Amino acid sequence: MNALVALIAGVVFGAGLLLSGMTNPANVLAFLEVTGHWQPALAYTMAAAVAVAFPAYAIVRRRRRALLGEAVAAPEQSLADAPLLLGSTIFGIGWGLSGVCPGPGVILLTTGSQPAFAFVGGLFVGAIAANVAGGRGHPSLARLGVRRVR
Amino acid sequence: MAGEVIPVWRSVAGGALIGAAAGLLMLVNGRVAGISGIVARSLQASFGKQAWRPVFLLGLVLPALFLGVGPVDWSAPSSVLATAGVLVGFGTRLANGCTSGHGVCGLANLSPRSLLATATFVAVAIVTVATRHALSPP
Repeated sequence: MNALVALIAGVVFGAGLLLSGMTNPANVLAFLEVTGHWQPALAYTMAAAVAVAFPAYAIVRRRRRALLGEAVAAPEQSLADAPLLLGSTIFGIGWGLSGVCPGPGVILLTTGSQPAFAFVGGLFVGAIAANVAGGRGHPSLARLGVRRVR
Repeated sequence: MAGEVIPVWRSVAGGALIGAAAGLLMLVNGRVAGISGIVARSLQASFGKQAWRPVFLLGLVLPALFLGVGPVDWSAPSSVLATAGVLVGFGTRLANGCTSGHGVCGLANLSPRSLLATATFVAVAIVTVATRHALSPP
């Protein structure tokens, strides 16, 4: 049942990304390029997504459980810490260079093209590097609170 | 980078589908539709109780496999894209979320951390694009 719901959610998510046009890096960059021919489409997409997802999150927050019984943790209330800010900064640089974030990256693999494999290959390397570094407890990362992904 | 002119209904309907998918996954399964985390954890374990992640990723690519992705305009050579991928992979693990995990799910959950993360990566991406333009005028 969990897997079926995940499959349906994946299909609907993928269809939404395609329909929104955000699988095309140029459309993402057109939003990020505020000094040029700025296109607000990404903001409309994100606002609609947040608005539609909001009630489901509100229900689960109140129940503290999903419908299939899984306990759901309340959102962390702490605001800023170093990994959040540093990680988001590093991600922002990569996103600005490419116009691609993980969801569209995975979908673009279906084109079978070299740029898509280059991006997602890099994505794997970066994720594994963060995990290995966190898992080994490298002092500089430990100070940032980075731990092995579970 | 010009981009396509996307009708507002497509942005809103596409976003609504993304939100519906994220809402469904949380409401029924209690899982966050954060794709950077789903990809990273799929690399570690893809069986048993973890199997939902690769199954979600399979679903994610199905519409594109059947319908195609439409126009794709890469803005950078593959060497830059590979570098960008490393930054995205490392950064999203460090921050524990990307555009979907923080930008959609976290904001829908009214998480202050996700709001800060989203504001940060959007602002940094805008500066990155502006810097790249300044260094190499069209």
